[in-house]
This record gives sequence, structure tokens and C-alpha cells, in this order.
Amino acid sequence: MAILVLAEHDNASLKAATLNTVAAAQKIGGDIHVLVAGNGCDAACAAAAALTGVSKVLCAAAPHYEAQLAENLAALVVAHAAGYTHILAPATSLGKNVLPRVAALLDVAQISDIVAVEAADTFVRPIYAGNAMAKVKSADAVKVITVRTTAFEAVGSGGSAPVEAIAAAADLGLSKLVGRELTKSERPELGAAKVIVSGGRGLGSGENYHALLEPLADKLGAALGASRAAVDAGYVPNDYQVGQTGKIVAPQLYIAVGISGAIQHLAGMKDSKVIVAINKDPEAPIFQVADYGLVADLFQVVPELTAALG
Amino acid sequence: MKILVPVKRVVDYNVKVRVKSDGTGVDIANVKMSMNPFDEIAVEEAVRLKEAGVATEVVAVSCGVAACQETLRAAMAIGADRGILVDTDAELQPLAVAKLLKALCEKEGPQAVICGKQAIDDDANQTGQMLAALMGWPQATFASKVALADGKATVTREIDGGLETLELSLPAVITTDLRLNEPRYATLPNIMKAKKKPLDTLTPDALGVDVAPRLTTLSVAEPPKRSAGERVADVAQLMDKLKNVAKVI
Repeated sequence: MAILVLAEHDNASLKAATLNTVAAAQKIGGDIHVLVAGNGCDAACAAAAALTGVSKVLCAAAPHYEAQLAENLAALVVAHAAGYTHILAPATSLGKNVLPRVAALLDVAQISDIVAVEAADTFVRPIYAGNAMAKVKSADAVKVITVRTTAFEAVGSGGSAPVEAIAAAADLGLSKLVGRELTKSERPELGAAKVIVSGGRGLGSGENYHALLEPLADKLGAALGASRAAVDAGYVPNDYQVGQTGKIVAPQLYIAVGISGAIQHLAGMKDSKVIVAINKDPEAPIFQVADYGLVADLFQVVPELTAALG
Repeated sequence: MKILVPVKRVVDYNVKVRVKSDGTGVDIANVKMSMNPFDEIAVEEAVRLKEAGVATEVVAVSCGVAACQETLRAAMAIGADRGILVDTDAELQPLAVAKLLKALCEKEGPQAVICGKQAIDDDANQTGQMLAALMGWPQATFASKVALADGKATVTREIDGGLETLELSLPAVITTDLRLNEPRYATLPNIMKAKKKPLDTLTPDALGVDVAPRLTTLSVAEPPKRSAGERVADVAQLMDKLKNVAKVI
């Protein structure tokens, strides 16, 4: 068996999600090749070559891979798909965008968001916002898979796989990037953070969100997250959202502040190791999954907690 | 400009499904069914484009059992002009739906297909991208803002790090994210009007599409249960637990 992993990177460095995806490939077993498609992406290729378990890195460098557009990336993967039994990408906004295109062009099903590998053709994936786990078997010759990164522990590095330059596919010219507005933050990435402080509508406003949760997150070295309600209300940008259709997280510690706990939110954080819920409503569903629940006025206890952390 | 909007009939988003005791699936008998929320956003967006004079016709499509007619009527109550049901009792997976939609795109010739980014039952997040690939069209997934003009779509997308804006040539596939719009409530007069709008029925055979599933579900199980923990009285007790029991800080 040979597995192709589509790397997620920003040319200069590899995104952490790639490490978890390689870990999932290791569970399947076989020769693992990582495809880095970018522009001036030598540093990302070198990082991929060092990952444990990777036997080869394929580097496709061209200006039309700079923006990571789905049409061009999918065409490239398909052009180099021969010989692979599995094609994997992380279930991030990149993988979810590109991989179904690859699957359709290969005329195979995609298995989305796997959380476990049962056999080379059998995988477990959540359905209904994680309220059920389906074990699915693929009859296709090539398995195209996106990987839930929190379900697989990142591989280490220390290897030295060869990097092979491969030919770029033609630029399809179907779409172009106009611009990006990326949230700038010194905090850890939400998907990879060990501690997350997350806020909901209970905070009442964006000002309160920042005034109360940022000092707490600073003390804990935490990433900041939010419920859909808080994002919809405009307290924070969209990329803060944790939930079924936002980010799926599983930190060591998740502190939910003023979040009631809709099933769509729980779907995104219930695999966290320790969950703390702070909410003034004792009936809030968030308490049903919390290890430690504090029924209190968040405006009083959050500053207390921040102070107690010294 | 014609816009095609696929809509899926799913278990209502407020329902917490139960896994069947024999592990063959989830129990959806006697459960409230609704239009997939992301598809509702797609219908709303298409209707707004028509109201703005950009689109001339909005065609809603649903693939599945006869009861999907209700979903199509709901789309027409929001403002879709007509509906097409691809009637089948077969289990439909995203690749099969994408092939059915491809056949309909070839028949109807839309300039844009706007669909939900994922269905809240199988959480697959595939169909729009697959359709775009099969048609050789560009795509803009997870849209939070859409503008169509001069044969081009300018779409702002929600991505992991924030937002990005793409420019696509038309025809194209756009998939909706939560914040694209807030769908209107269908008014009673519009619900009545929707009953009189045309609804055509086709079959996968008539469209020449093989819908055989590629994935077999071997079993469906409950996720690992997370039991409720304990209530703490105050911040001091919480700190003690986090430091000395959970040892996470």
C-alpha cells in the first residue's frame, strides 16, 4: 500500500494538522508520501521530510499553487494519484475544500472526518454532530479520506526523507484569490492549543468578551474560542467558532464561559480532556459534559479566576 | 441568469438523534424532518439575488424519497420559482447526488449552483465540491458573502485563519456558511402560493445516473459517553480541583 498525504502549509512552515494526518496514515500502514504544493515552499518540504514515518516528499512548486486554490490543487493530486491506495488530507478548511474534488475526479467516494482506522478499508466517522459514530467500509480502489486531526496524536520529527520535485499541472485559471483577512494573534492556534478559553452569548458584548477572557487566556497561555451565538452576535470573528460546523477541538483544558451548550457546540469540544463550565443557569446543557461546573455570575468569577492564577 | 439550489431533507437540527439498539443506524421514525439549515441559507441567497435583479429564475432540486416534495415546497415558500424532485428510495451518497446534479445542470444550464456546505445528518461536506469537479467548474465553499456580476462571482469564504475572497468565472458552485444570510420565515400567503408552483419529478434512471453506494455502513454506535462531573462552590475550589485533581494547570 502507498498513501499520499496532502500537506497543509504556508510555504514557510508546515501546519500542525499535517502531523496528525501523517499519524492517521501510519495507522493505515504502508509507504507514506507527502505532497507539498506551493510556491517557494522549500522550507515546508524540508519540514515534511523530517516527519516520522514519511518515506518521500513530493514537491510541486509553481505560482498557481501559491493561493492553494481547490481547482488547481485537486488537478495536481489527481495527476499524481496513480499507484496510491489512499489519499489523505486534514479535515480543515483546506482539506474539506480540495479533497471532495479529488474524489469526484477519481470517481470514488470520500470518507469525511475519520476518527479511527479499523482496517485499510474500514474507518470510523462521526455523523449527526457526533451523536452517532458510523463504521464505514469503502469498496473503492482508492480511499480518499479527510482526517479529524484531534483524533490522531501528531507524529514527531527526526526523519530525513528524500524530497523529489514533481511537475506542476497546468493552471486551470478558473478562480483567483483577491485577498485574505487573517486574524492576527500571538495566541496558540485553536486547533492545536492545550488550553482553550471559550465564550458565549452570556458575555453580552464583544467588549466584555475581550475584557474578561483575554486576561484569563493570557494567564493560561490559552487560545480563544467562541460559540456560534457569540460569533453571530459579532463579538469575535468567524474563525473563533467551535462546533459541528466550526472548529473541532480537544485540548487538555476547555473553559466554557457563558456558553449554554447547544448540541452543535458540544460536537466541537466534548473530546476535551477536562471541561470547565461557568454559567449562571444551573440547567444549562453545558453542565452535562463539564467535569467541573461553577454556577455563578461570570462577571464576578472570571476576574477572580484570572487573579487566582497569579 | 438561472440559479440551481439543491435542498436536502434531514432530521431537524433541534432533534438529538438516538442510535438504534441493534446498531444499524439512527432512529429517524417519527422524528421531525426539515430542510438542511445550510440549504435554507442557499435558497435565501438565491432568492435575494433574484430580488436584486441579478438572477432571473431560482430552481430548487431535491434528491430522495417522495417526502422531499415538502422540502421543495418549503424552498418555493421562501421564493424559489419551481422544484425538481429526483425520486428514489435508494440510499444516496454525496458522489451519487453530485452526479444527479450534474445531469440536471446539463439539462437546465444554470449559471450558478448555490448549495449548503454540509448536511447536518451525514456531516459529509462533499456534494458541492464534487459537483464542481464533475462539471469542471470553479468553486467557492463556506461562503459568507456572494456577489454575481459580469460573468463573475466574487465570494468571501470563511477559512481556518479568517476570511478570504475569491473571484470565480461563471458558471460556478458556491456553498454556504452560517453567516451568509438569515433566511426569512415563509409567510402563510407564500406557503399557499408555493403549493401552486410547478414541481417536476424525475428518476435517476431517466437521468442515466448510477447511484449505487460506494460506502457500506457496517455499524452505528453511540459515541463514548461523557458523564457530568461535579459542581464546585467557588473559584477557590475550582482552582484546587484543576491543580490537584485534574492536574491541568
